Amino acid sequence: MESPVTIITGTRKGIGRFLGEYYLRQGHRVIGCSRSRPEWSASGYEHFLVDVTDEVAVRELFSVVRKRYARLDHLINNAGIAAMNHSILTPIETVHKILQTNVLGTFLFCREAAKLMKYRRYGRIVNFSTVAVPLKLAGEAAYSASKAAVVSLTEVLAREFAEFGITVNAVGPTPVETDLIRSIQKDKIDHLLTRQAVPRLGTFDDIANVVDFFFRRESGFVTGQTIYLGGV
Amino acid sequence: MDKRTEVAEVILAVAREFHDEAEGDSPIAVARGLQAPLYGSEGGLDSLGLVSFIVAVEQAIEERLGLAITLADEKAMSQQNSPFRTIASLVDYVVGLLNGTL
Repeated sequence: MESPVTIITGTRKGIGRFLGEYYLRQGHRVIGCSRSRPEWSASGYEHFLVDVTDEVAVRELFSVVRKRYARLDHLINNAGIAAMNHSILTPIETVHKILQTNVLGTFLFCREAAKLMKYRRYGRIVNFSTVAVPLKLAGEAAYSASKAAVVSLTEVLAREFAEFGITVNAVGPTPVETDLIRSIQKDKIDHLLTRQAVPRLGTFDDIANVVDFFFRRESGFVTGQTIYLGGV
Repeated sequence: MDKRTEVAEVILAVAREFHDEAEGDSPIAVARGLQAPLYGSEGGLDSLGLVSFIVAVEQAIEERLGLAITLADEKAMSQQNSPFRTIASLVDYVVGLLNGTL
């Protein structure tokens, strides 16, 4: 059986890298991308230097995948940026960047992936939202709004792509122990955790578990859903 | 071979693929050649069929002519006469895009 082909955005480090290595171990061919060079490489992994908001570059990436593999089984829209700041202190340029990367980037990859997936009438797309959406976290207005848009995109695209055998779902992680979290005051993180049913930081494995569920062939009847972690 | 003929051949080939895959219930009357209606009052493609046809034409043009174009952009959607009426109107539209006149 041919290896499934999986595209993951934002694989330079963190959860993107983790998922890249995780699905390589599962026998996938993994294509990753980021704006700058990754900190890792592996057999079966191919990296593209692509800004997810650059339509021409994104289309080129998919063109290469189509010519090389003639298939795409999975897409994980992991690339995203956050900015934690009071809205009154947030420059409009920051808002633009967040919306461009998180919303426009996700839309572009979904659109191009669907074009490729529809030929085999099969595909699994997983987008990234966040618990900041249902928790309505103060200090994350632009980030939270962008990830709410990702939920909405997920729900609508699920309906548009269902005809082609493609499911579109989203995972909403809790804070995970990453570089991003280490820069936030501990009492703020602790307060956030008290709002979860399971009050602990998430792990990369928690996220991979949800992605695995969405990826399963048996999950073809599951689409347009967002699973928030931690019982939020 | 001029550009218009090349584009027409590519689009007609995609239309024939759609016709063949439909197995008797073809949405495109390929026997009418360039005058075959695609989408609209006379066309047999429904909205999802049009989406699939547009994607197939974009990919065929990239593969066979080495040119990346986006067919369903604001220009196409805002034209008074849709470029997706017939194969001929679509050929005109694609040639216009490739020539940079649209």
